[in-house]
Amino acid sequence: MRIGVDVGGTNTDAVLIDGDSVLASTKQPTTEDVSSGVAAAIGAVLATSEVAPAAVTSVMIGTTHFTNALVERRHLDKVGIIRLASPSGEALPPLTGWPEDLIRQTGTTCFLLPGGYEVDGREISAFDEACVREAGRTCRERGINRIAVSSVFAPLNADMETRAARLLQEEHPEATISLSHAIGRLGMIERENGTILNAALTSLAAHVIASFERAMQDLGLEAPLYISQNDGTLISADHAARYPVMTIGSGPTNSMRGAAFLTGISDGMVMDVGGTTCDIGVLTNGFPRESSLAVDIGGVRTNFRMPDILALGLGGGTRIHLDPAHYPAEHLPEETLKVGPDSVGYRIDRDSYLFGGDTLTASDVAVAAGQADFGDPAKVPALSPAVRQAVWSRMQAMLEEGLDRMKTAPGDVPIIAVGGGSFLIGDALKGAASIVRPPHAAVANAVGAAIAQIGAQIEQIVDYDVTPRETALQQIRDAVAERVATAGGAPDSIEIVDMEEVLLSYLPGRSTQVRIKAVGDFAGAAQTASTAQIQSELRHAH
Amino acid sequence: MHIERSDLADLARGAAFLGSGGGGDPYYSLLLAEAAIARCGHFELVPLEALADDALVAPCGWIGAPTVSVEKLPNGGETVSGLRRLEKIMGRQIDAVLPIEIGGGNGLAPLIAAAELGVPIVDCDGMGRAFPESQMAIFNIRGLSSCPSVLTAACGSLSVIETDDNNTHERIARALSVALGGIAHMVEYPMSGADAKANAIPGSVSTAIAIGKAIRTARDRREDPFTALAKALEKTGLYPHCLTLFDGKIVDLERETRGGFSVGKVILEGFNGSGRMEVLFQNENLIARQDGEIRALVPDLITIMDRETADTITTERLKYGQRVKVIAAAAPAMLRESSALPFIGPQAFGLGTDFITLERLNALETI
Repeated sequence: MRIGVDVGGTNTDAVLIDGDSVLASTKQPTTEDVSSGVAAAIGAVLATSEVAPAAVTSVMIGTTHFTNALVERRHLDKVGIIRLASPSGEALPPLTGWPEDLIRQTGTTCFLLPGGYEVDGREISAFDEACVREAGRTCRERGINRIAVSSVFAPLNADMETRAARLLQEEHPEATISLSHAIGRLGMIERENGTILNAALTSLAAHVIASFERAMQDLGLEAPLYISQNDGTLISADHAARYPVMTIGSGPTNSMRGAAFLTGISDGMVMDVGGTTCDIGVLTNGFPRESSLAVDIGGVRTNFRMPDILALGLGGGTRIHLDPAHYPAEHLPEETLKVGPDSVGYRIDRDSYLFGGDTLTASDVAVAAGQADFGDPAKVPALSPAVRQAVWSRMQAMLEEGLDRMKTAPGDVPIIAVGGGSFLIGDALKGAASIVRPPHAAVANAVGAAIAQIGAQIEQIVDYDVTPRETALQQIRDAVAERVATAGGAPDSIEIVDMEEVLLSYLPGRSTQVRIKAVGDFAGAAQTASTAQIQSELRHAH
Repeated sequence: MHIERSDLADLARGAAFLGSGGGGDPYYSLLLAEAAIARCGHFELVPLEALADDALVAPCGWIGAPTVSVEKLPNGGETVSGLRRLEKIMGRQIDAVLPIEIGGGNGLAPLIAAAELGVPIVDCDGMGRAFPESQMAIFNIRGLSSCPSVLTAACGSLSVIETDDNNTHERIARALSVALGGIAHMVEYPMSGADAKANAIPGSVSTAIAIGKAIRTARDRREDPFTALAKALEKTGLYPHCLTLFDGKIVDLERETRGGFSVGKVILEGFNGSGRMEVLFQNENLIARQDGEIRALVPDLITIMDRETADTITTERLKYGQRVKVIAAAAPAMLRESSALPFIGPQAFGLGTDFITLERLNALETI
């Protein structure tokens, strides 16, 4: 039995899952200390289901803490920034393009040192042990305890970064060191940015993970704790404490994967309607399709893979712009009606007619049209059938257009409707093969966390003229599967879920950028505990 | 005219569009230019006709793979060392620099050289878009020599190429760029002001800034960026026609190696059943066909852009499922001359069809 928790800014949701069924779910307020809110939520699902803590095999938590800290510039550490690249890269020093207020928090202690690799594997310049040690000592003397290390082409060869980490740790035993190859993909500036952000989050991560662990202890839970990552897979709590930046995009991913699980639909679309927007995402193989655009986090450009989400300006609180003189109209000219894009948002329980306000919202019309039942329908001004129909049709047309834009193949697709405003999705939506409204949809995020798998991804540049394509791909597939197994995936469940090959343009030959991602089911408590131990030993060995 | 800091992002956006899918994402070139402008305040952009006939002008840019250039970044010194060596060889100072190609990251490359040498940038370029090889520059088509050229790399290495044949020069330069780790700076086709005036593509730098600005302004005002782009292009006169060929999403993407070249094909499906478009690319987009009919051909520009933001998507970044518009623009007239087409027309890319203008293919009225 697994417990999934989603710690949001407002609510902490929890679910208890046994196999394929949700035994209990709850929504509790998020607390200032995090820990008591998590404890309350987990405690509530254990109590409702009357399951003993000992029966829980694992706990998975998704959190928005780290994103919020970066956006709000709170609880960030000073960072010593080491780049192994010189003489290359000196024209673009670290922190280029960063917002001033963020730089004030991270500081500007940078070391541009020799090192890094060429695309063909040669060294750009030799690793300089003395320089690295010197940088470690400088950080220690300045009281900087977080160090971010990035080397050129580290995703292809991580040796210099791990060597640097060992030396830095010797010179500065209190330091926590973030290595770029564990964080990002090709794209030096974006990967280095992610590594610096990660290092800046170190203290907060230690605090947050410790508070999760405290909540579990308070409840007598001894199951291993896992944290969900951006791509919907899990890392151990120990790993998350060192690499918190890997968890910043887990919210929408968990929501979509939760929706897939609750419905058994692994290929289709998820429409998540909130108060302000309808977020549409595409599920392929049970995973969200990823966006290929650069991701801006707190004003810093990174290249994390995030779900490709289309946000339409239509939610439960969306304002319906229509002159009240038209409310009783028998016929409504097209141009007199405008739907959104503005919304009353969280003020819906004050501003909308349904709750005694004086603003016509999408919810008011849906209730008047009999598509939903909440609030006080008597307070909604009388709308003629023609007006109700016109507004409803307009909203359906907006959703249909969004659906069509996100579709990648002709034909109708199954739709999973979730979120508090999902009553806006009518049953006759064009382009929908079926519309499924799963139970527990309100806690889809926590469900997504609970069902997450172990994953790994490898990116390489291979010259197919040197290593034949099939051989190269097989080697990478084997390596990525091994990583999944090492991280706690059950070996016989491991499958390749994504593969991308892009030939390098403007170069002769057949050098190709290959990215392969694999996932596996969670191997189970006993095995995983020992794997976590091995992992932690491996890290110390570095 | 000055290029101010606020113009740089516009220049990058415009250069990305003019890359016709190639030339790499100019983001890193933009960061480099911002660092350079922070040192020197602003750049001076001079019109082509303002050059003295006996001036020495130096086209420059990066040669190699964009995928490598986002990982192994420049040192900053390679630009100035290459230009200084060229001055030594020519026995005189360089009076101005220009981008060898306006399309992609190279559209911003001479800004760093200009900052280091304290010379102006000429409002022109050697390709009017992006092309994969040095001998595809208008300067080769018009019979100028690419040599002496100087290649420099982040490690400090410097190579001078001297040969009478521009094709040989391309082969040597390409091999050197591989040996130097896949990316190098190159200054080539050193020429007089008179030769530049007679042969360079005029006004392309200011055109790139203008179209980048048009897209940004339209976005800020929540107007259609594609309408703004087309208007801005037509206003410059250099790219006199522009149209949206297709609006759809990527439903298939093939990449393969054919005869030693990486080629690819992207298939788009229109919204609301408006048919299919196939775009063939090899570094840049070369030909667009809709339901079997050719709609645009190289050297005319074919650029695939995000249909919401009008951000250019380079060929390396095309992905299944992207929602895009395919925009075509008429190439500058100099690139469509019968003497130019053997170098940069469809046959030069092995397409087995003769060039037909965008206007004829789409029955547009000529201005």
